[in-house]
Amino acid sequence: MDLVSSQGLRIDGRRPNELRKIRCKLGVFSQPEGSAYLEQGNTKVLAAVYGPHQTKGSRSKAIHDAAIVNCQYSMATFSTNERKRRPRGDLKSTEMTLHLKQAMQASIKTDLYPYSQIDIYLEVLQADGGNYCACVNAATLALIDAGIPLKEYVIACSASLGNGDVPLIDVSHLEETMGGSNLTVAVLPLSGQIAVLEMSQKFHIDHLPVVLNEALNGCRRIYEILDEYVKTHLNEIGTIAGWAKSDF
Amino acid sequence: MLTSKTFLKKTKRGNILKIVREHYLRDDIGCGSRICKKCAIINENAILDDKLSSSISKAYVNPHYLIVDTNVVLHQIDVLEEDVLINVIILQTVLEEVKHRSTSIYKRLNDIINNPNRKFYVFVNEHHKDTYIEREPGETANNRNDRAIRVAAKWYDEHLFENQRNISLKKVIRIVLLTGDTDNKEKATQDGIFAASVEDYIYCLKDSKGIEDKLSKQEISYNEDSKEIFPCHLTPVQIHEGIKTGKLLHGSFQASKENFLEGQVNVEGYEKSILIQGYIELNRAVHGDIVALELLPEEQWSAPSEIVLQDDEVDNEEQIVESEIIKPKTVKEKTPTGKIVGIIRRKWRQYCGILQDNILQNSTRHIFVPAEKTIPKIRIETRQAATLIQQRIIVAIDSWSRYSRYPSGHFVRALGKIGDKETENEVLLLEHDVPHSRFSDKVLSYLPKLPWIISDEKVLNNINMFMNCLKQIAKRTDLRHINVCSVDPPGCTDIDDALHCNLLSNGNYEVGVHIADVSHFIKSGTALDEEAALRATTVYLLDKRIDMVPELLSSNLCSLKANEDRFAFSCIWEVTSHAEIVQINFCKSIIRSRAALTYEEAQLIIDDKKQTTVLAESLRNLNNLAKILKKKRIENGALVLASPEIRFYLDSETHDPIEVQAKQIRETNSMVEEFMLLANISVAEKIYEEFPEYAILRRHPCPPPSNFEPLIKAANYLGFEMDTSSNKNLARSLDAAQKKDNPYFNTILRILATRCMLQAVYFNSGMVTKDDFYHYGLAASIYTHFTSPIRRYADILVHRLLAACINADPTYPELLNKKKMNDICHNLNYRNRMAQYAGRASVALHTHMFFREKVQDEEGYILFVRKNALQILIPKYGLEGTLYLAPVKGGEQYVNFIYNEENHTQSYKEIVFHTFDPVIVQLSLDSSNIQHEKLIFKLVKPYIHNFSVPSVKQDTEKSQSNLNLSASEKRKEGDAFSFKSSSKKKKKMSKQ
Ligand SMILES: [Zn+2]
Repeated sequence: MDLVSSQGLRIDGRRPNELRKIRCKLGVFSQPEGSAYLEQGNTKVLAAVYGPHQTKGSRSKAIHDAAIVNCQYSMATFSTNERKRRPRGDLKSTEMTLHLKQAMQASIKTDLYPYSQIDIYLEVLQADGGNYCACVNAATLALIDAGIPLKEYVIACSASLGNGDVPLIDVSHLEETMGGSNLTVAVLPLSGQIAVLEMSQKFHIDHLPVVLNEALNGCRRIYEILDEYVKTHLNEIGTIAGWAKSDF
Repeated sequence: MLTSKTFLKKTKRGNILKIVREHYLRDDIGCGSRICKKCAIINENAILDDKLSSSISKAYVNPHYLIVDTNVVLHQIDVLEEDVLINVIILQTVLEEVKHRSTSIYKRLNDIINNPNRKFYVFVNEHHKDTYIEREPGETANNRNDRAIRVAAKWYDEHLFENQRNISLKKVIRIVLLTGDTDNKEKATQDGIFAASVEDYIYCLKDSKGIEDKLSKQEISYNEDSKEIFPCHLTPVQIHEGIKTGKLLHGSFQASKENFLEGQVNVEGYEKSILIQGYIELNRAVHGDIVALELLPEEQWSAPSEIVLQDDEVDNEEQIVESEIIKPKTVKEKTPTGKIVGIIRRKWRQYCGILQDNILQNSTRHIFVPAEKTIPKIRIETRQAATLIQQRIIVAIDSWSRYSRYPSGHFVRALGKIGDKETENEVLLLEHDVPHSRFSDKVLSYLPKLPWIISDEKVLNNINMFMNCLKQIAKRTDLRHINVCSVDPPGCTDIDDALHCNLLSNGNYEVGVHIADVSHFIKSGTALDEEAALRATTVYLLDKRIDMVPELLSSNLCSLKANEDRFAFSCIWEVTSHAEIVQINFCKSIIRSRAALTYEEAQLIIDDKKQTTVLAESLRNLNNLAKILKKKRIENGALVLASPEIRFYLDSETHDPIEVQAKQIRETNSMVEEFMLLANISVAEKIYEEFPEYAILRRHPCPPPSNFEPLIKAANYLGFEMDTSSNKNLARSLDAAQKKDNPYFNTILRILATRCMLQAVYFNSGMVTKDDFYHYGLAASIYTHFTSPIRRYADILVHRLLAACINADPTYPELLNKKKMNDICHNLNYRNRMAQYAGRASVALHTHMFFREKVQDEEGYILFVRKNALQILIPKYGLEGTLYLAPVKGGEQYVNFIYNEENHTQSYKEIVFHTFDPVIVQLSLDSSNIQHEKLIFKLVKPYIHNFSVPSVKQDTEKSQSNLNLSASEKRKEGDAFSFKSSSKKKKKMSKQ
């Protein structure tokens, strides 16, 4: 089945270069230092950040010139169609955790917090494709909420190919399963540095640049949306606290 | 710009899942009308006319666009294909339903949509914010879709009106909804939408141009008292339940070619296909349909009736004569028998055929007789019968009511006069789904411009080495100094292979096979490439060649003509004098063939010991090596199967056959063949090594033991044992089965063996396990097609893969896409099979023409003994036919043959017919029915009083001396046309 109709629409009615609807909220919990809730279409993720704090467990883990970034990825039992028990630390989560860590480390100014640790917890409430991307984006928001210094946002976006040669961005679960290979990229959008790049299968060399380029465009677009939200959010909470929007 | 909406969907996969999917509604979908100013910015391709001067229909004053519902598209696609209907809006709801219900109609609809002249606009109503509707509680999916169509129609009406406020009401462009559903029509009218059934609309057209004949008749009313002939079909739900509980089976129905009251269904999990016998049991299944069937209790099982029965009923009666259903009373070997209880999916297509003479003059109801024997006659309604009766026409089936003996259908188009060569060829090509229209301008635009010259700079030379390295051409090796020659059938213009052989200083030989470099000219992704991929193979009819690639390539630039520089893909081996391969080298090259020889010429050069030219020596070496190769191959278990190969001599002007003759095979045929096999195997190994997941290979599966039963039985009658446990054993037992008194016996056995084989198929190495790569006929563990890229698309793909292996060309995405390649393989296999059938049909056609106004006695052999007939093979023509022992209906019977089921014999007094017995039969063409000519077999010898016919005096000696002996190997065009008979495969297996 074609992922893009001859009228140029995807199955859910988007055009190939359109993102799903993004909604987010910062500071959804009070216990952690920072938290965020993010929806990308039907993919819904919660992120919570603790720290920086002293390294837990053995002291030997601590690094003398940087903070340890510790990520934990998990999926809620009710997050997919079939309700399954998902034990923590299964292979898929471990892989996700590692990739998340790599992306977050690229963004956090870890050198400001020697001998300490930053914990990022991610819980997928509903999974509908692009879980990793939503997690990265939610984690970025949570870090901002926590006030942890970042080099810049780290943003992730997925892309795939429809009908053999049409690049699609922000791939939904249905498109993931029906289509071919998926590419996921996490990037620092301002400097354009790539933190993580992953493909589910092989891409032909002719297609790779096109798909990657579309994914990067997607990241830039997500960045604009999140940044916009962060600014209004700060305006709001700032107005309440009385330091933003004040007339000088 | 995006509004999001989620909707719920339940799917069943064991348990019910709730699926939530996003569904975006948009405000940027245009209405597609040029009249619209609101959508002007977003209307990307507004194709619906803004200036409709007036209505094309008598029923509506307003000019209008049409909206059709799903059933209209599904049933009336032939009408939609008519140019009269333009400015049609296809809703996405409809498009998706059509896609879901019928792939072929979906494709045809898309062809219409893609034709800009037809002005069909696809409106994505399901994602438009104003036309999307949700299914209401309790509403069926069908009703919801009907409502969606009405909502969209209503929206269009209002939307268009907003743009036409200043226009007088009579000139406002309106919407007319075409629907077959009365309920839907009523509701639409209530909503203020114009609605009509297709029939009413078409009948009211001002200029219908005979389009009403093409209307599909879904409901034909029958008199209340008309007797029902068939039992009801089960409903889809009942079928589903039945299959789930195991009460019912399902599979594809194959009608018997010989007996119209018999057929079989191949059911997965059953070794033997299930027999269906009788009118009621067949229950309106048409050849190819996917049916649900019920297995009869074992005591009711039956066996194939071994009766040749044709539906010769001329009268228009609804009843079926009970005596027609003849089931064998004493059945020795019963096979599982069943009856059809429901149709899961119809596989109806359009059929070629003729109208049956109608007794009633001026009637509009007619009976159509399809050319295909497996298809029942079809009722059609037409007012043009007077002209159509002389023509071959195309008809589509619409429905088959319980009250009707035949299905009803409608006329699609006429092909031309019956008996016309052009018409008959057209029928043949259509029936075998051979794409044969001329190449489009777009395809031709990818051909190189003439004059095409290989300039020196294209060739690797020392001076310009560095510059050349930058170009792809640098990878081409100049082999023009080598003495290469080609050996082909006479008159061959698409020469795709050439050979050479040199003695090396170490005593080994250098052997080269040079194949036309077609992939150099056909680049992937171009229209030229797509067309070639679609055609898949060149189709050879006796008097016509339907090229896979345009003639400029097939007969000129790619053809390895003598004394012309040509690009080639070379495969060069170093072999020892025992034909053991020392090393292989593949390269793209430039060659210059020294001579384009025929098999005969090459044979003469080899045999003429006085000739000591380089070419002669090279041919002799090749010939010797080929003999060793062949011996090795046969020792490995490769089969030598027989097929009577015949050759027609055609009149050079009229192209009518004037002489038929069996073909002769020379050593040189086998010489070329051996090296082609060697090249194919070497290339297969190479591409599989480099691309284990993506290699395009060819396999020939080992036939299941049950396939060999007819062969084993036939051999057993004469006391020979056939060991079919392996190809090697089969080859051995075939060799051993010789009868001194019947020299043709062995050949017949081999012909029978050929028929036990399965088809060889192309496949993608990533989709099949390594064990299944085996080529049974060639006894090769891996095989592919490399040597005929001009006439086979598979070879082009293999060339591209091999070019990638040696870094001559880069790969491209589709080449390394398993799914895509798998689809291509399926198409190749399908087209190949069809090309083969078309070839056979062409032989049959020419045989008929050959026997026009001719009566000849010929020697034949009995292939099968049946209950009422003998199946006879005439080796001279490679022809197989039926000699009826029971009289044709209405004829009087003087001689009663006794059929012995035990020994499969027919006897009358002291004369007994066994399988393999030689007979002399008289062949004549029955032209009494001009529309349907038949070849009639009559017995001459042994003579049976009141049954046999007297011999025609025939001047055999004279015709013998006139025979112009020449052999040819491939099916190629020329002054003389060679062809393989219907019972072929020998060459097929080795060449392919
Ligand atoms: Zn509009």
